[in-house]
Amino acid sequence: MKKRDESDEEKTKRGLTRRQFLTTVSAGAAAVAVSGKEKARAAEDVQVVSADEKTRVTFTLNGRRRRVMVEPRWSLLFVLRERLGMTGTKVGCERGECGACTVLINDVPRYACMTLAVEAEGTKVTTLEGLMKGEELGPVQQAFAEEDAFQCGYCTPGQIMAVEGLLRATPNPSSEEIRAAMAGNLCRCGTYTHIFKAAKRAAELKQKAGGA
Amino acid sequence: MAEERKDTYYAEGVPLPETPQPGAQPKPWQKTNIIGKRVARVDAYERVSGSAEFPSDVVLPDMLYGAILRSPHPHARVKRIDTSGAEKADGVHAVLSDASPEANIYWPYSREIRMKLFDPLCRYEGEPVAAVAADTPHQAHDALRLIKVEYEILPFVVDERKALDQGAPSVHASGNRVTPVQVYERGDVQKGFAEADVVLEETYRTECEIHTPMEAHGCVAKWDRDRLTLWESTQGVYAIQARVAEILGLPLSKVRVIGHYMGGGFGSKLQPGKYTIIAALLARKTGRPVKLFVTREDTYLVVGNRPPANMRLKAGVKKDGKLTALYMSGIGTGGAYPAGGTSLLDWVVKELYACPNVKTELSDLYINAGPARPMRAPGHPQGAWALEQMMDALAEKIGMDPVELRLKNISLFSQSRDGNPAYTSTGLRECLVEGAKAFNWNELRKKTSADKKGHIRRGVGMASAVWFVGGGGPPSTVIVKLFSDGSVNLNMGASDIGTGTKTVMAMVVAEELGVKPDVIQIEHADTGTTQYATSSGGSKTIPTESPAVRAAAIAVKQQVLKIASEELKIPVADLTIRDGQVVSLADASKKVRIPDIAGLKRQGLLVGIGYRHPNPPDKITNPFAAQFCEVEVNMKTGEVKIVRFVGTNDSGRVMDRLTYDNQVFGGITMGIGLAMIEKRALDAGQTGKMLNRNWHDYKIPTALDVPADMVSLPIDLPDPAANTTGAKGLGEPVTIPTAAAVANAVYNATGVRVTSTPMSPVQLCELFARTTKGAKDEKAGKGR
Repeated sequence: MKKRDESDEEKTKRGLTRRQFLTTVSAGAAAVAVSGKEKARAAEDVQVVSADEKTRVTFTLNGRRRRVMVEPRWSLLFVLRERLGMTGTKVGCERGECGACTVLINDVPRYACMTLAVEAEGTKVTTLEGLMKGEELGPVQQAFAEEDAFQCGYCTPGQIMAVEGLLRATPNPSSEEIRAAMAGNLCRCGTYTHIFKAAKRAAELKQKAGGA
Repeated sequence: MAEERKDTYYAEGVPLPETPQPGAQPKPWQKTNIIGKRVARVDAYERVSGSAEFPSDVVLPDMLYGAILRSPHPHARVKRIDTSGAEKADGVHAVLSDASPEANIYWPYSREIRMKLFDPLCRYEGEPVAAVAADTPHQAHDALRLIKVEYEILPFVVDERKALDQGAPSVHASGNRVTPVQVYERGDVQKGFAEADVVLEETYRTECEIHTPMEAHGCVAKWDRDRLTLWESTQGVYAIQARVAEILGLPLSKVRVIGHYMGGGFGSKLQPGKYTIIAALLARKTGRPVKLFVTREDTYLVVGNRPPANMRLKAGVKKDGKLTALYMSGIGTGGAYPAGGTSLLDWVVKELYACPNVKTELSDLYINAGPARPMRAPGHPQGAWALEQMMDALAEKIGMDPVELRLKNISLFSQSRDGNPAYTSTGLRECLVEGAKAFNWNELRKKTSADKKGHIRRGVGMASAVWFVGGGGPPSTVIVKLFSDGSVNLNMGASDIGTGTKTVMAMVVAEELGVKPDVIQIEHADTGTTQYATSSGGSKTIPTESPAVRAAAIAVKQQVLKIASEELKIPVADLTIRDGQVVSLADASKKVRIPDIAGLKRQGLLVGIGYRHPNPPDKITNPFAAQFCEVEVNMKTGEVKIVRFVGTNDSGRVMDRLTYDNQVFGGITMGIGLAMIEKRALDAGQTGKMLNRNWHDYKIPTALDVPADMVSLPIDLPDPAANTTGAKGLGEPVTIPTAAAVANAVYNATGVRVTSTPMSPVQLCELFARTTKGAKDEKAGKGR
């Protein structure tokens, strides 16, 4: 159940474009909500709870095991920001359009707004905070700082996570691969040009540091 | 240990600017040490680590979540409202509507028009009719669905082009004109047109754009008895404080607004919204903090827009390229309330080029849609869309290069302001000449104009710009504190909306004191703890704040010199500061390190206060720009690929080249949105509702839409007459010429003049088909 579409995504081992992402995610969210097929599957191995009843979800967040009581309708985004205090992950649209909430789930970029918290069960979730090495910036964060790859900084956590996801799958991306990987992350300040540079720089920094 | 500290805090071997006598104006910087370099942001760490706390990130103990029920109709009257279901709902702690005594508050839409906070008369889709606070946002939104509202649906008009039609519904009892037609006139346009060798006339339209910053509008509100604290996503904390205090009838001292970080505004966050007041009321009613951010859908409806513009432009030119007359009539709308629907629409027509005879007539009309808010260079990109395409057409008609035509019409003074004040600097010529050179304009122009075969066509186009403010000015108060160890704190009220304000200001302190920028701690954008500043908008933050910061840093230097002078027993005139030390000019062996000055240690802290000096009385400061663009147009599909952009700007002195370039690219990107994809779609026929209230249906530029090749070419022209740092504004001129430059490039590629935004494949295919049909040969469109 929990692996549903993710195994396919993992196979691709790279960042998803916005469109691919929407397809997989909306399939996932719809499945949890109404799909008859999924309901049947859910009935087999998962306890069904009503909308306002809380259920326990366990996942690894930035290397720490977290257990949270959540309503089934709560998004991973809501739980991260408003329940676990991980506000590095931003809320932009809550409808899978902007990418401000991008996190890594099992190393693959995902929109946390389109991921129900219960879907995170048993996964490895990485947020912006998880890229830090103590008080020091990780290589992608460092690259964004050096290349001035942001203005207001609000889409930045999502952009950084998208680059991180790209580089984990494709350590040496071409310019075209970078563009495609970043196509699901909007920046209204229009800093894409610097984001592309930062992605290149991040690849260098990661390689210098001895790989991802 | 002490030695190490010195090395850490101060740059060595760099001469500092001379310290003026107290009361004297500092001289312009000559050679700079740090200003003008590529300096990474001083708050980059916070912005990339996640430690930057944006208002929407604020989570307070015991905090509730607010949500607003909005009118689903563009024009309706609330007949009955029943909130009892919501009041009983799980997790709900407060419900507000027009029936609530606490909500008996007036919202000023303008000086004349005040409406209730939850007014029964809803003149646009999205007007608040009720609000709730609940334990979770989910419960709050559930509760909204339990509120029963009976509306009397009223006839609406949502197309400003039909607002004056016979029988069009009236948005206000006074009719659909916001004001009488606004007329501007200089010279005699009839005479001017008579003198012209060529007169062209064309109709243009730009569609309504929505700001859609990444962080939605809203705040967290918290009361401590009678003191309100707001964490608001805003461009100006003091502006929010003033408006909220006025509306709630509170002393300014009791309203604290904090806005350290904010996720984009582009003009839409210069003012509070009803949401701000509603959050405060919900918090007061529940006695708990309330977080209330509007939904993404609501950001399309209720927090402003760049109004649509309908422009008729007539222009006359002599064969030698001199403009003889310009006439513009414009129709626009700021929505359902006075909101500057045609504000500054004619500014580039009146100001950008020398022209003795100019007349403009603007009609600002009401429609049943959300009120406009300023959007990045209000009126200017729209006006430039018309004027700059017209200049392109005029150049072709008289057989002159478009750059040449513009060079022949540069004005060194403001033509439409009283008394025709001179510009403190006019870098338009440099922008045009340098930009053309960097772009390889002449070569490319020859090539693209000759080559019109095949269905993939290349073209180049350009446009230029002036921005009507961008010089900044008083008031601003800034404090620079020097700690006893030589490290520095900068305290200013201005918001850094992503343009790099904090970084540039730290660079100014570093330039004056020699202290390294990363040792400077900045406190900003908090009415409780930082000094007064006007909002960050109008491309004025750097020219407003940087002279005040410079003055504050100099005030610190003066005190350091005075204290050191007493200690060293050397007159101030014989002392200078360098390498973090006060040194005698006559005898370099006589010196004291700043952290070793006993007087500083005793005092603990030196406070330098700087004020923004007045602007020159008889001059005006405006930034200028030119942009050059290359496109590739697919004549079969109507797709336009923007291949290359060169942006040249005269924004006075370049302060931080890194953030400067970032602004230029960002402005071009936003301009590409206006040119190619952005359009608010209202259902004019049946419902009057907005049809594309999300980023899926209302597209903004993505990583796939920006040209791979973008160059920022600053004309680094310090403007000492403008202010003591010589900087002018940048954030808005960078987006003014973009759309017109693309349209001119598309014309150059295809021979088809696109006069309405967005230049979608659908529109282009229609235009191509029409032109081909008309011309019936391969050279379709050339004879236009």
